[in-house]
Amino acid sequence: MMRARFRDGALLFPGISWLFVFFAAPLAIIFVVSLGQRDAYGGAILDKGLSFNNYLRALEPSFLPTVLNSLKYAVATTVLSIGISYPIAYWISRHGGSRKGLLLILVMLPFWTSWVIRTYAWMIILRDNGVLNGVLQATGIIHDPLILLNTDFAVVLGMTYGFLPFSILPLYVSIDRVDESVVAAARDLYAGPAQAFRHVTLPLTMPGVIAASLLTFIPAIGDFVTPDILGGAQTTTIAKVIQSLFLSARDWPFGAALGFLLILATIIGTVSTLRILRAEVIG
Amino acid sequence: MGKGRNLPLTAYALGVYLFLFTPIVVLVLFSFNDSPRNFVWRGFTLDWYPVLFKDAHVLGALWISIQVAAIAVVGSTVLGTLLGLGLARLRGGFGGGIADTLILLPMVTPEVVMGISLLLFFALLFDAHGSILQIAISHIAFSISYVTIVVRARAVSLDPRIVEAARDLGSSPLSAFWHVTLPLLMPAVGAGAMIAFALSFDDLIITSFQAGPGSSTLPLYIYSRIRFGVTPEINAISTIIVSVTALIILVAWRIGAVKPAKPQPTI
Repeated sequence: MMRARFRDGALLFPGISWLFVFFAAPLAIIFVVSLGQRDAYGGAILDKGLSFNNYLRALEPSFLPTVLNSLKYAVATTVLSIGISYPIAYWISRHGGSRKGLLLILVMLPFWTSWVIRTYAWMIILRDNGVLNGVLQATGIIHDPLILLNTDFAVVLGMTYGFLPFSILPLYVSIDRVDESVVAAARDLYAGPAQAFRHVTLPLTMPGVIAASLLTFIPAIGDFVTPDILGGAQTTTIAKVIQSLFLSARDWPFGAALGFLLILATIIGTVSTLRILRAEVIG
Repeated sequence: MGKGRNLPLTAYALGVYLFLFTPIVVLVLFSFNDSPRNFVWRGFTLDWYPVLFKDAHVLGALWISIQVAAIAVVGSTVLGTLLGLGLARLRGGFGGGIADTLILLPMVTPEVVMGISLLLFFALLFDAHGSILQIAISHIAFSISYVTIVVRARAVSLDPRIVEAARDLGSSPLSAFWHVTLPLLMPAVGAGAMIAFALSFDDLIITSFQAGPGSSTLPLYIYSRIRFGVTPEINAISTIIVSVTALIILVAWRIGAVKPAKPQPTI
C-alpha cells in the first residue's frame, strides 16, 4: 500500500519538477531582478546593491492613470463577459436538449482559431471606413461614420470577445450541475421564476461566477495586444508598459518590478478564492 | 414550465452566436477581396491564395510554429498525463493539495508576467535569446496544467479494479500502465494534446518575449504585420487555419474523440 502510494507520487515528479524549474524559478528571478538597477543596455545590474527603488517608481502618481486604465479595461471586460456568458450558458444547459454537445462546440469553434487574427478581424469591422460603419451608412442609420476604433469601447469589446470561453465554460459546467429538482421544489413552494433563480440557481452557481470572473480578469489585465491593436498607440496599460520596458525602452528592473506587482495582485486574488478555483477548475 | 421554450432567451442565444461568428465570417470574406487594402470591398478574387503560398516569410513563420507546437505537444502531453494520473490516484492528501495548487498557478498567472519571467530566466542563466527550443519550453510550462486537468478528470473515473486485475494476472506496473491504463486514458490524452497544440500554435504574448531574430512564430509575424497594415494575404492564411481547425474539431466530435458534455474550463 505504502509502496503503491509512493509510486503514484513518483508519477508527479517529472511534471512538478518541470513547473518548479520553468515556472516557479523564473517568477523568483523576476523578484531578484526587480531589486537591481538598469545597466547601460537596459539589462539588470545586481551587484551594486539591491533596493526597492523600482517599486517606489511604480507608486509615483504619474503612473496611476496607467494602473487605473488597466483596471478599467479588465473590470469592464469581466462584467461584460459574465453578463453575456451566463444567459448563453444557462440556455445551452437548460434548453440545449440533445444538441448540447454541438452548441458547445459551436461556442468554442471561433476560439480554436488564432486569437491575434480574431482581434485583427475586429479592426476590419470597427475602422472608420470599416464593415460596421459601411453597413450602418448603407442602411441610412447613420450619416457620418462613427469613430469606433482606437477607443475604450473597442478595447473592451475585443477583450470580451477574446476571452469569452474562459467565462462560458466554467459557467456552463456550474449551471449544468444544478439539480433541476431543487429549482422545481422552489417553484412548488410558490417561488416565481425570478425568485427561484435569485434564491436558488444563482447562489448555487456563484462559485462558477467567481471562477469565470477570475479566469477572465487575469488574461484581460495581462493583455497588451488588444489595447495595442484596437486601442491605438496612445492607450497605456500596465501590460503594455511592461512589454515596452522589456522589448523597446529596455529597463528590465523596472519592468520586473511592475510584473512582480501584477503577480502579487493575482496571487492575492487566487489564494482568496483558492477553494472555489480548485473545486471549479480542477474538479 | 422550465423545460419548455423560452423565446427571448433563444433569440438572445442566436444573437450571441452571431456575435461569435461575425468576425470569422468577415475575415473569410475579405480573403477574397480584390484590393490590397483590407477595409473596402472591391470585388471577388482568389489571387491572395497563390500569393500566400509563395510568401517565404509566412511559410517560414508557419514552419517555426509547427516545430514549436510539435515539441510543446509531446512535452506537455507526456508530463501532463503523468501528473493527471498521479493526482487522480493520490486523491487529495497533503502532497496532492499542494500539487493541485501548483497546477492551478500557471493558469492564473498573467501571460505577460510569465513571458518576462521566462525571458529573464533564459537570458540571465543561459544567455539564451530566442531559439525554437526556448519557445517550446515556455509553451510546455503553460500547457501542462490544461493537459493535467483533462487527463485527471478521466483518470478519476477509472475503476482501479481494472488495473488491479491486470496486476493479479501477473503484469508489471509498467505493462499494466502501458496496456491497460493508457488505452483507457487515451481519449483524454488526445483531447489534452489537442488543447496543448491549440495553445502553442496560438500563443502570442509569452512567445513575443522569447522569440529572437529568425524564430518568429506565425502569430508573432501576423502581429508585426498588423502594425504596418495587412493585406488580404493574412486573411487567406487565417481562412485556411479556420477551415482546417473547424474540420478537425467537427470530425473529432463526430467520431466521439471530443466529448464536450463535461467540458473543462479550458480553450
